[in-house]
Amino acid sequence: MNKKKSLKDYDIVFTLIAILIGFAVGAIMLVIAKISPIDAYKTLFDGVFSKPKFMIWSIVYATPLIFTGLSVGFSFRTGVFNIGAEGQFVVGTLAACAVGILVDLPSPLHILLCFVAAMVAGAIWGIIVAYLKVKFGINEVLSMIMFNWLAFYLSNYVMNFAVLHKEGGGEATKDILDSAKITMPFLDAKTFGPNANWGILVAIAVAILIYFIINKTTLGYQLRAVGFNRTAAEYGGISVNRAVMTAMAISGGLAGLGGAMQLMGMSMRISQYSSQEGFGFDGITVALIGASNPIGCIFAGLFYGAMKYGGSKLNLVGAPSEIIKIIMGCIVFFIAISHVFKALFSKKSLKKEVK
Amino acid sequence: MEKQRNVDMDTVVIQMKDIVKKFGNFVANDGVNLTVHKGEVHAILGENGAGKSTLMNVLYGLYRPTSGDILVGGEKVEIDSPKKAIELGIGMVHQHFMLVQPFTVTENIILGMETTKGLTVDLKKAREDVTAISERYNLQVDVDAKVEDISVGMQQRVEILKVLYRGADILILDEPTASLTPQEIEELIEIIGNLTADGKSVILITHKLKEIKASADYCTIIRRGKYINTVDVNDVDENELASMMVGRTVEFVVDKKELTPGEDVLVVKDLHGKDYRGIEILKGFNINVRKGEIVGIAGIDGNGQSELIEMLTGLKKADSGQVTINGEDIFNASPRTVFQKGVSSIPEDRQKHGLVLDFSVAENMILQNFGEPEFSKNGVLKKGAISEFTKKLIEKFDIRPNDCENQLAGRLSGGNQQKVIIAREVTNDKDLLIAVNPTRGLDVGAIEFVHKYIVDQRNKNKAVLLVSFELDEIMSLSDRIDVIYDGKIVGEVAQGEADENTLGLLMAGGGVQHE
Repeated sequence: MNKKKSLKDYDIVFTLIAILIGFAVGAIMLVIAKISPIDAYKTLFDGVFSKPKFMIWSIVYATPLIFTGLSVGFSFRTGVFNIGAEGQFVVGTLAACAVGILVDLPSPLHILLCFVAAMVAGAIWGIIVAYLKVKFGINEVLSMIMFNWLAFYLSNYVMNFAVLHKEGGGEATKDILDSAKITMPFLDAKTFGPNANWGILVAIAVAILIYFIINKTTLGYQLRAVGFNRTAAEYGGISVNRAVMTAMAISGGLAGLGGAMQLMGMSMRISQYSSQEGFGFDGITVALIGASNPIGCIFAGLFYGAMKYGGSKLNLVGAPSEIIKIIMGCIVFFIAISHVFKALFSKKSLKKEVK
Repeated sequence: MEKQRNVDMDTVVIQMKDIVKKFGNFVANDGVNLTVHKGEVHAILGENGAGKSTLMNVLYGLYRPTSGDILVGGEKVEIDSPKKAIELGIGMVHQHFMLVQPFTVTENIILGMETTKGLTVDLKKAREDVTAISERYNLQVDVDAKVEDISVGMQQRVEILKVLYRGADILILDEPTASLTPQEIEELIEIIGNLTADGKSVILITHKLKEIKASADYCTIIRRGKYINTVDVNDVDENELASMMVGRTVEFVVDKKELTPGEDVLVVKDLHGKDYRGIEILKGFNINVRKGEIVGIAGIDGNGQSELIEMLTGLKKADSGQVTINGEDIFNASPRTVFQKGVSSIPEDRQKHGLVLDFSVAENMILQNFGEPEFSKNGVLKKGAISEFTKKLIEKFDIRPNDCENQLAGRLSGGNQQKVIIAREVTNDKDLLIAVNPTRGLDVGAIEFVHKYIVDQRNKNKAVLLVSFELDEIMSLSDRIDVIYDGKIVGEVAQGEADENTLGLLMAGGGVQHE
């Protein structure tokens, strides 16, 4: 057999093709809506790249998505589908918010404590579901969806506690203390926007750490073994139950940490939710585009963040920003069926070789 | 019993000429010829990966040949789909059955070609037709039973019936005996005789020499995709067939040195346990295995062997009893504990239990030992050490391709996958080796290899517990043979005193005193 890898051996090629097809389908939709796709995509592009401020905004949008993407991707590797990143994200936000308001500590320590609180909260949210699964055999997808709503109402309930709630009414908590913020106040807000924050650097560091855990450690080895083949892992003496619990704890912790980033770098307070915000669900998209690879999740998260931010400007040309959702949906769809393309490609190249 | 010949040498039904099939640069079939006559049983013999299945898939329309001609009934044909093959009267029974479990036998057989009456399926007519065919060839199939309730042997006969119902005159049977008991194999051979007596032709893909001798008229041997020879089965013996297949002489006798067994390693006393349905399947099982001996457990599938092994290795909880290894209690211990106390095992299902197919060969080699200081430090895997270790084992156990260290285990052939497991488990070098059907689906060359390593363990004064459905394997390897029937040991025979009849009788429950 030919040892040299050809282009089609790389998954990323198919991801890029899927992205192109996604934009093509989006263009068709725009044409149907009688909007010039060229104008729309130019607006989208300029909306992201024309000013440093815009780029930073895109990154700020991307940061929580990278975390939820890492969370979902990590769970995939262990054979669990963490559809509960949404709820873990919310409890993470809540925990960080409580610590950010109620505890008074010098800055770096305070930030760290908020991070830890968010991770622990998310991890607990994940581990409860895992426990229900391994102990009572309750389908994790069902309980996670329930736990998403539990988190949602818990947050709406807790934010009304007098100690947290903003004085003088309003549907939000107080702002977290300055010592808990991760913004970069030394940057000129005019050029770089008010929300430039350290979150992205934490995200990259965490992604690298997760990559290391999955691929280089005995823990990652066990989790992958369980993900690929439960029975063989068990046969080899790996405790499947413990692996599932560990994976869900880490996955939940990652989503919770994402919530802390969003709070401490961007929103600074929790508002009353009227509907689920979707960071966790967007994480599924990110994980799929990033092929569940932590490093891939960085790029996928940045891409999605940019699309979200740039997409918000589409109404400048009269295009609905929902077009972004259509494009992202198509991309995920085509990535999901990319094995079909792979089969087609290999069949074609096979025929060529035979001839 | 004298084999009956039904071959009509004047009527050629299938002729494949110079078939070449390439996948990329890989040549799976390189100029293979095959001629089948009316009423003939034609065996296709070759090692795993020799190209037998490829050839048959070409004939059945699943693959298009790169070059070469196929003649059916003297006329050149293009078989581009299984549908076309069926139209030409060619039917195939695959190794893995394709039946709908909750459907009845009749429903399964007519699936896809239902006779209809108005808008409804005419099940009554179908049932009659199916019964008629079943009786004609003495298939003894209960046409109203649900497939999930019938034995593997009967499921196979349903598959044969399915093919006959579609009007096949040429039946391709792909490894038909792989999952059958000795009795079922005999029945199958009889059915094949009934088929050929009626003018049907049967093509048998197999690597079991004994069955070829027992059922086939002619045999075509393929080695590494190349056509080697076609022989009259009556003119050759098993040794000759084996050497044609492998390309060298094969040792059937394993070299066992004289040993006096030492003290007990494994002792199981009065073990009771249930199967997955909650029905008691082990009913007071006793066994002991000593140092320096191989104890074989013979028995028909489903008498508690799988559950026994799962309970011994910690995968399943038993209800009561005693299990000790070197005197230490391992009753209902975790797989990890069992391993640490000195048990390694070659599992029954290598793809389900033995390997993580999506892991590389190297990652599979450390499945139990990844936590040992040799392979990891502070929770971080030592890539270099793992790689070195794997390379050594690949060389020592001749795992092919021999640069497969970073290849996914799932991409290896079945025989080489088994070698990976054997390499790992033998290298663990525990006091007890449990081997369950260690050669299932392997060809002669690989079987020889596996047997050698199992006997090596014994010769190194380790204890070996061998569970196998292959009576030959049990008889040639074991020092003592225990027969399991209905969850208990019903008899023990020493090596040399065992013959197939005695064992067969015990396996069928014949040794049990009924009151």
